[in-house]
Amino acid sequence: MKNHKTQYLLLILGFIALPFLVDAIPMLGPTWVRILGFAMLYVLLALGLNIVIGYAGLLDMGYIGFYAIGAYLYALLASPHLNMAGLTGGVLDWPLWVIIPLAAVAAAICGVLIGAPVLKLRGDYLAIVTLGFGEIIRIFMNNLDQPVNLTNGPQGISNIAPLHMDFGAWSHAPGQGAAPVLSLQESWSLFGLNVSPVISYYLFFLFIVILCIVLSKRLEVSRIGRAWMALREDEVAAEAMGLNKRNLKLLAFAMGATFGGVSGVLFSSYQGFVSPESFTLMESIMVLAMVVLGGMGSIRGVVLGALILSVMPELFRDLVNWIQPWVMDNVTFVSRDILRNVLDASTLRMLVFGFALILVMRFRPEGLWPSDRRRAELHDADPEPAPVPAALSTAVHAPASEASFEYPAKEADKA
Amino acid sequence: MDGTFDILLQQVLNGLVLGSIYALVALGYTMVYGIIGLINFAHGEVVMVGAMVTISVLSMLAGAGFAPGIVTLLLAIMAAAVVCMLLAQGMEKYAYRPLRKAPRLTPLILAIGISIALQNLAMMIWGRGYKTFPEVIETQPVEILGATLTNVQVSIMIISVVIMLGLWLLVDKTRLGKAMRATAQNQEVAGLMGININRVISATFLIGASLGAIAGVMRAINYGQADAYMGLLLGLKAFSAAVLGGIGNLFGAMAGGLLLGLIELLAAGYAGQFTGGFLGANYQDIFAFAVLILVLLFRPNGLLGERQADRA
Amino acid sequence: MKKNIGGRTALATAVTLFMAMGIAQAEVVKIGFAGPLTGPSAHQGQDVEHGIQIAIEEANQQQLKIGGEVAEFKLVSEDDVADPRTGTAVAQRLVDSKVAVVIGHYNSGTSIPASKIYAAAGVPQISPSATNPALTQQGIPSVFRVVNDDATLGRYAGNYLVNKLEAKRIAIFDDRTAYGQGLADEVTKAVKAAGGNVVVREYTNDKSTDFNAILTTAKAQKADAVFFAALDYQAAPMAKQMKNLGLKARFMNIGNLPNEQFKQMAGSAANGVYAWNYGTPLLDMPKGAAFEQKLKDKFGVGVVQSSPAAYDATWAAINAMVKAGSADPKTYLPVLKSESYEGVTGTIAFDDKGNLKSPAATVFQFADGGWKTMSVERN
Repeated sequence: MKNHKTQYLLLILGFIALPFLVDAIPMLGPTWVRILGFAMLYVLLALGLNIVIGYAGLLDMGYIGFYAIGAYLYALLASPHLNMAGLTGGVLDWPLWVIIPLAAVAAAICGVLIGAPVLKLRGDYLAIVTLGFGEIIRIFMNNLDQPVNLTNGPQGISNIAPLHMDFGAWSHAPGQGAAPVLSLQESWSLFGLNVSPVISYYLFFLFIVILCIVLSKRLEVSRIGRAWMALREDEVAAEAMGLNKRNLKLLAFAMGATFGGVSGVLFSSYQGFVSPESFTLMESIMVLAMVVLGGMGSIRGVVLGALILSVMPELFRDLVNWIQPWVMDNVTFVSRDILRNVLDASTLRMLVFGFALILVMRFRPEGLWPSDRRRAELHDADPEPAPVPAALSTAVHAPASEASFEYPAKEADKA
Repeated sequence: MDGTFDILLQQVLNGLVLGSIYALVALGYTMVYGIIGLINFAHGEVVMVGAMVTISVLSMLAGAGFAPGIVTLLLAIMAAAVVCMLLAQGMEKYAYRPLRKAPRLTPLILAIGISIALQNLAMMIWGRGYKTFPEVIETQPVEILGATLTNVQVSIMIISVVIMLGLWLLVDKTRLGKAMRATAQNQEVAGLMGININRVISATFLIGASLGAIAGVMRAINYGQADAYMGLLLGLKAFSAAVLGGIGNLFGAMAGGLLLGLIELLAAGYAGQFTGGFLGANYQDIFAFAVLILVLLFRPNGLLGERQADRA
Repeated sequence: MKKNIGGRTALATAVTLFMAMGIAQAEVVKIGFAGPLTGPSAHQGQDVEHGIQIAIEEANQQQLKIGGEVAEFKLVSEDDVADPRTGTAVAQRLVDSKVAVVIGHYNSGTSIPASKIYAAAGVPQISPSATNPALTQQGIPSVFRVVNDDATLGRYAGNYLVNKLEAKRIAIFDDRTAYGQGLADEVTKAVKAAGGNVVVREYTNDKSTDFNAILTTAKAQKADAVFFAALDYQAAPMAKQMKNLGLKARFMNIGNLPNEQFKQMAGSAANGVYAWNYGTPLLDMPKGAAFEQKLKDKFGVGVVQSSPAAYDATWAAINAMVKAGSADPKTYLPVLKSESYEGVTGTIAFDDKGNLKSPAATVFQFADGGWKTMSVERN
């Protein structure tokens, strides 16, 4: 156990040192620090979705909606937009320690609101319905510039304040800047190292990510966590054991949404601009791919999956730039147009997400780096017969021919 | 508002044209769901491939000197249907069949993966832009009680109805249909009765895919273009239609498709007036999802579905 | 075409390598470009890149001197996929590679968030195509655009509908993208200001190709003109559906028309369609034909939309650097603000906000198988 602690500490130190290292390498520089910052936001999203899918086994395909809610909340409360739309007297500038909990609560409430009506549904229906909710959230944000200009519609909200601390008023007159006590937009120095704004943001995000990992871990081993997993594996049995299915599921939705909402706040402040196009279905699928690739229910796996899939597009960009001239000159048996389409970094990226989902589900449903417990569940060396497949767990490696004997049990667990 | 009768009729007819395309796609979902309980998320992509292949074959034929006309169109549709069937066959055999006994989340996520992969593969083959559907049939307006449709739209409705009737006959009267119904009822027992389950399931996928290919072509002809993104939203809406009608029920899919087309058009046309401009046609895509959510909440078996309460 | 892509990438790679090795040669001036080079609007991003490449090539041939030394201009090209988040990432990349100016981004949605990063680094940004008024209203002194913003073009289009086409009952639709919505709102304002009557103001989305519902509403309202802010792949089906529904109204579009494909996409419904484009018609400008020819010779494709503006933007920056005798933004920025330059799209001179002083726009009509210039509007 002590050994583990040192390992974790080293890992954290490594992640703290990472941006300074990356910043110093001329090939990488602040560009890659920024990419790492975004990677942290995706880690946060993936951790949140992991609670919903990995722990509780609820396939939420509209998860990006919570991210959007957090992002828009910060954008509204820390930008001149509402003032410009004539909805508030002054330019709002709410303090960070109010907005982050507020976003968490708002997202959790939305999670419950979305979760409540779909509780009765299972598996596949749930996926489509949550997907619908995610799209509904996006479409509303795209259109709520009228009758009252709340979200500024497709134009998005710009001029969002960077993350800062101040102890002044919660709003100020237009044109007047607040005087932040501490702003992540300023460079500062740490033991003689220059900490640029991108690095500050990264470090702040890292801090939140570590908090969320600890929270996830505590949840996983808590009573609630174990109840979620029981529910995931066999709903009927779990209910028979006296678990409150409704409350547990709602709690999973709410907890997952919280992470998404906080991540959205950070995104909004980092980028200084939000618009509905950042919250499309493809983003939901990307986060899903991160969770699935890393391993549903495995914190370390999910973090790894999120890091891989968020850094990968940037690698592709460079890779394609290197490969393209060579391919264009040497491959003559395929039409140029097709070649150019094939070597399109954004298409390649989505293709990889698609194949990641296919291959992992088909051949390694526990993901790249499953938790020990999950691995044990799925690859049981135990001579006892494998448990009856439950509706909401991942695959059981049983040949199809054998399964016909399981008919009554299978039917029962559908009910 | 002068919401006169012919304007309402126009909206209704527009809705029925849209709805008959939804219905054909919805049949693909409902058949697969009815028989193996899987939402074949990638079905929308099969529809897209059908449209794109037709356009490619048509332009190849035109390049080879065949004047565009009904004959080349039929050839192209047949080619598209074959490609779609192969695609569906491949999906079923190599992706879904090995996971038939796996927990339901597994094949569903796999299907989402296939959908994303197909969409992007299509972008690689056909590019990311739209493809123009050549004017094979000259469009002519047809007046119906003061409302206007085109000859193409009228044929779309007629062909859809014919296909649906044919499908009903197939499922209700033939041996294959009987085997399909038996398999849907109970795979294991059907297998014991000597039905080759794998063949029946394959056949279901093939029929669904060919219907999808035809629907894709219809949509492309109707709007004059197709692109790699068209499958996703069309698929989701068609799925909503299938749920609305009662998933697993053939007539349900047909009714659901037509109804959803109507709801969408009427909502887009009249929502603005009834909500004082708050909800307009910009919310058109929401209506399909809203219908889906409401149906699942209040009548999870759909309008015509009687069995399968366990599925919801 | 092969040469184009290979050349561009090789150049970009070479530049990247070059920086990576940390060799700093005083006379190399890097010109940044960011826009969608992949994704659905790739051809438009590439078009902008072509315009910049032509300008850079010309400048290098002329052996221009900056502060006594012959300057070698190099393009640093980045793909933002038209996505705001990627936009900020590539903006950081450009700043890291120490570009002297950024021509871009293509979209307003990417230009606005990226402008913060350029402003923090003090790099001037000239967009050849971002039309959202908010871009130059942020109070950043180093942001410019060489194209009319939505407000200006919207005013031209609205006035034209009411005064020239004498439309009495106008239906206005947009595709609910940042671009379409911004424009359609401005057109609506302009129509009302000119005393026109907007009978339908409806929306669709950028994925839809079925406009029967909103067109039927327009028909019920007896609209005699339809304005639609969206790209050609939606304008064409709308023109067709208007014809099919028997809605006899004039159809005006702002998006990426006029272009060659429209005829094929809309078929016979293309006839009579009005379309606005930025700037004066290229071929009417003294240097226009030569520019188009150069583009065709080098890349095999002519002007798609924004390459002339990109060319002008690049030259405006280069001229300012030469005049100021420095490629350092601090020194040449005041010159850029005050200079006036005759480009292929017209006079490039900025007002105090960074917008063009006198932006022009042209309205075309499709007739007899081609686009005819109807009118050129300017302030």
